[in-house]
Amino acid sequence: MKRALRAFFFFALLVLAWHAMVRTRVWNPLVFPPPLSVWQYLQGAVEDRTLFEAMWVTVKRLMLGYFIGVALGVPLGLLTSRSRVAEDTIGVLGLGLQTLPSVCWVPLALLWFGQTESAMQFVVIMGTVWSVQISTDNGVRNVPPIFARAAKTMGSRGAHTWLYVILPASLPFIVSGVKQGWAFAWRSLMAAEIYVTILTGAGLGQLLNYGRDQQAMDQVVGVMLVIVVIGLLADKILFSPWERFLHRRWGTTKA
Amino acid sequence: MAVADELGPVKPVKLAIRGVSKTFREGVVTTHALDDVNLDVDEGEFVCLVGPSGCGKSTLLAMIAGLEFPDKGTIVADGKPVISSGRDRMVMFQEAALFPWLSVMGNVLFGLKLKPGLKPKERVEVATFYLKLVGLERYMHSNIHELSGGMRQRVALARSLAPNPRVLLMDEPFAALDAMTREQLYGDLQTSWETRKKTIVFVTHNVREAACLGDRVVLFSPHPGRVREQFRIDLPRPRDINSPSLAGHATEITRALKAHRDTNGHAAE
Repeated sequence: MKRALRAFFFFALLVLAWHAMVRTRVWNPLVFPPPLSVWQYLQGAVEDRTLFEAMWVTVKRLMLGYFIGVALGVPLGLLTSRSRVAEDTIGVLGLGLQTLPSVCWVPLALLWFGQTESAMQFVVIMGTVWSVQISTDNGVRNVPPIFARAAKTMGSRGAHTWLYVILPASLPFIVSGVKQGWAFAWRSLMAAEIYVTILTGAGLGQLLNYGRDQQAMDQVVGVMLVIVVIGLLADKILFSPWERFLHRRWGTTKA
Repeated sequence: MAVADELGPVKPVKLAIRGVSKTFREGVVTTHALDDVNLDVDEGEFVCLVGPSGCGKSTLLAMIAGLEFPDKGTIVADGKPVISSGRDRMVMFQEAALFPWLSVMGNVLFGLKLKPGLKPKERVEVATFYLKLVGLERYMHSNIHELSGGMRQRVALARSLAPNPRVLLMDEPFAALDAMTREQLYGDLQTSWETRKKTIVFVTHNVREAACLGDRVVLFSPHPGRVREQFRIDLPRPRDINSPSLAGHATEITRALKAHRDTNGHAAE
């Protein structure tokens, strides 16, 4: 409670300072809009539903692409950790592609899928899959061999060992990879949405870009705030439970 | 299957190790870990294998467990050659090797879940029985990282005992613990051995520990690993590691250990 209050006062102070800077004309309101006009934009965008529609379009793209990326990345990581052939082929490919910002895939994705949801999802998947694959691979390699030996003497074999020993033992690595994958996916999607117009729906990136076209900085700042809030919520909803679990069980420090 | 059956006594295993040799090759280095080792372990006997590092005692233990296999020779448990690991032979390792993603209870249940014929409630009952035996029933919901080293090894003991194996194989299980905790665990182990009557093969490089726990102490020499001498320890149980009569046995074994090391031409460690 004390910590929540502290955070609340910090942000209240930040908004006040922002307001004061614009009010005293230190910042030109055309260059940096005051908090009140950002608030008015957000109110209006909620009322005419443009904001929710854009949020829905973006979150749907992100979630779908992200979960497909994780669903592909974890098994790929298990494969590359296990097979030398996969390590020398898919592993090297993954390492290379992970360094490529996935927004670079946009031109090809548009060519392959057109200005559609599939193109956006492809970009998100490419942002997620490799960092998940690499961290899963890394996690499996860091499992102390004694765990598998101990499990074997207790009668664990094959798929059971993978599911109940190797996978949970690599969980600290997998969680951090999945989180990094999330960050990559979120950034790629925003970049892609600002960069191209997708005909099947206007997401938050597009909304921000319209703001730029109309010189409406209140819209730009308003959408930026929404993007920040979604990022924070995703962190709390998707990753905090896992991190709490890791902290409780492993005794690792809280992230 | 009822819990009473599960907790009932099982017939301990008789082990026969015949002409076992094992060589490891890692790059250009060849280690002759074991050379023509012959050893019998009776039903319910507590045998300690001692020797300096490199004498292959842990390798022999892993072979009895079915985690490694001899190049030559056979290991026979109750007339059947060991071809894989099995629930009748449980291993307790030096580091606790407990699973950090599971609670204390979850760890003890791990092996029981792999044992067919038990209902979930019965498994919990069995696990609770063993946690009580090692004095940790209050900690069943604790996480592994919250326990001290000694408590972790007690959980590991409960985990190895829970599937009711017929042999317990222990690989320097107390080596990483402080002396006080170790002494306490000698007591715990002797009590659970008396109540649960199993064949135990215990690997250690601590001669006193071997003399305290074993009915018999088997002395190995290194490079290559061979059985050198055997000592029968006929002291009443439970034994205290600090008793003078035990010290006598330990001195005798230590003297033999040194003698063999000298004949092998290896510097004292």
